[in-house]
Amino acid sequence: MVDVVISGIGQSAVGRKVDRSGIAMTVDAVIAALADAGLDRKDIDGLSTYPGKLTGNLAHFSPVGTHELIEALKLRLDWYNGGGEGGAQQAGLLNAVAAIKAGYARHVIVFRTLKEGSGSLYWQQAAGPSAQRQRVGDRFEYLMPFDALTVINYVAMSMQRHFHLYGTTRRQLGAISVNGRTNAALNPAAIFRDPITIDDYLASRMISTPMCILDCDAPTDSSIAFILSNAEAARDLRSTPITIEAMAGALHSAASWDQTDMPHMGAHDAARQLWSRTALKPTDVDVAQLYDGFSFLTLTWLEALGFCGIGEGGAFVEGGHRIARDGELPLNTHGGQLSAGRTHGFGFVREAVIQLRREAGERQVPGDPQVAIASAGGGPQAGCMLLTRR
Amino acid sequence: MSDSYQRPLPILTDENRHFWQGGRDGHLLLLRCRDCRYWVHTPQPRCTNCLSEALTSEPVSGKAEVETFTINIKPWGKGMKVPYVIAVVALPEQPGLRVTTNIVDIDPEAVYIGMAVEVRFEQDEDVWLPMFAPVAN
Repeated sequence: MVDVVISGIGQSAVGRKVDRSGIAMTVDAVIAALADAGLDRKDIDGLSTYPGKLTGNLAHFSPVGTHELIEALKLRLDWYNGGGEGGAQQAGLLNAVAAIKAGYARHVIVFRTLKEGSGSLYWQQAAGPSAQRQRVGDRFEYLMPFDALTVINYVAMSMQRHFHLYGTTRRQLGAISVNGRTNAALNPAAIFRDPITIDDYLASRMISTPMCILDCDAPTDSSIAFILSNAEAARDLRSTPITIEAMAGALHSAASWDQTDMPHMGAHDAARQLWSRTALKPTDVDVAQLYDGFSFLTLTWLEALGFCGIGEGGAFVEGGHRIARDGELPLNTHGGQLSAGRTHGFGFVREAVIQLRREAGERQVPGDPQVAIASAGGGPQAGCMLLTRR
Repeated sequence: MSDSYQRPLPILTDENRHFWQGGRDGHLLLLRCRDCRYWVHTPQPRCTNCLSEALTSEPVSGKAEVETFTINIKPWGKGMKVPYVIAVVALPEQPGLRVTTNIVDIDPEAVYIGMAVEVRFEQDEDVWLPMFAPVAN
């Protein structure tokens, strides 16, 4: 069986507003990733992204697709892939792993670029006072006519049900936000670095009960790129190869937010698949980078991946000791998206690689981390990957 | 054009018109399989249980239970009235049969999971929105 490694990582400038186009930021990230690996662009024979280039109201969500990058770098590809339907934000990575294992490509660029800090989201235009009366179709047709306009509302409903079923409290959940900010203080590239306390969290502005502003991540302009390689082809490269031990992106329910199993959602399906593809176990994981587009999604990932029992996430994170950098399961060591900014799942994979290479500087977790996990998504769609240094 | 906020409305199609206009006659209509009697929501081309094409719309009782909810506090558009309650309600006709709605005619703070509610319709242009309110005693 072909092993797949992450042989290079690269990141553009990340900020609330970056004065560069989406394609320019993408090229920045790819050049950095190639240099990190010690590869030339002529070595690249594959390219993968998710969700591909989007236009109209969602242009800022995904301003760059495969075609722009192929042209910008004069790539000559044997395999490429983009598009919005796949294993959540990690779909580009999942598909690249499959392509390398199948022999379609040896060195694949995978990128994710966002201009959300500069942009505006769909609901901001849909709800504008001077806009024409909006008519909606497709996935949001059964949600938006009830002014369920944003993912914040959907995740808040899942959160509410978790609180109801298991007695989870805001004080418990808030530990994830506080932990992220504590770690971000040691990450020079993080968006928010001023410490917060649990009391700050409890006093922060409510958005959609029980979700407050400190449960929500920060939209950014950013691009992150990885080089995924056939392990044999990467044997002599410059960087420390990080092996993708297992990946998963199952979808066992309808993809509509309100037609999935609240509060557990797709993370549980992806997690079951992940653990079925490896001999490793949750207790082998040294560092966890679990998606926090909203803090509650991290809680569901902790339960889904088996770091605690179902319904026990609140007790697991309470007080923040277990999830601290020197705790039993260091969590979101770069600050997560809540504090480091919304890189749509790719920041977690990048941080997992950095921690396994022991290149995290001040925020490096103690000991000798060998196994990391990175997840992305929430709601019906979710993906996760297990990474090892060996 | 309007100065006040207006909720987005659905694009009406042959596949969804029963759901959005059944309220004209006071009914919440969902697709149901004539062969295996399974309810199908959201609308699909065939029965998702037995794959029969014999789907037709039928009224449900209109009774439901709040499965979960949120009180939306932040106004997402100028002139939008907050707070309001968004809920997913479970219909008794079939396990897992659920719709998203607003809970109306109640103080938002009084809504709770498990609360018994029933449908009532709010007309907006050519759409009859199925809202739910606490069951009257």
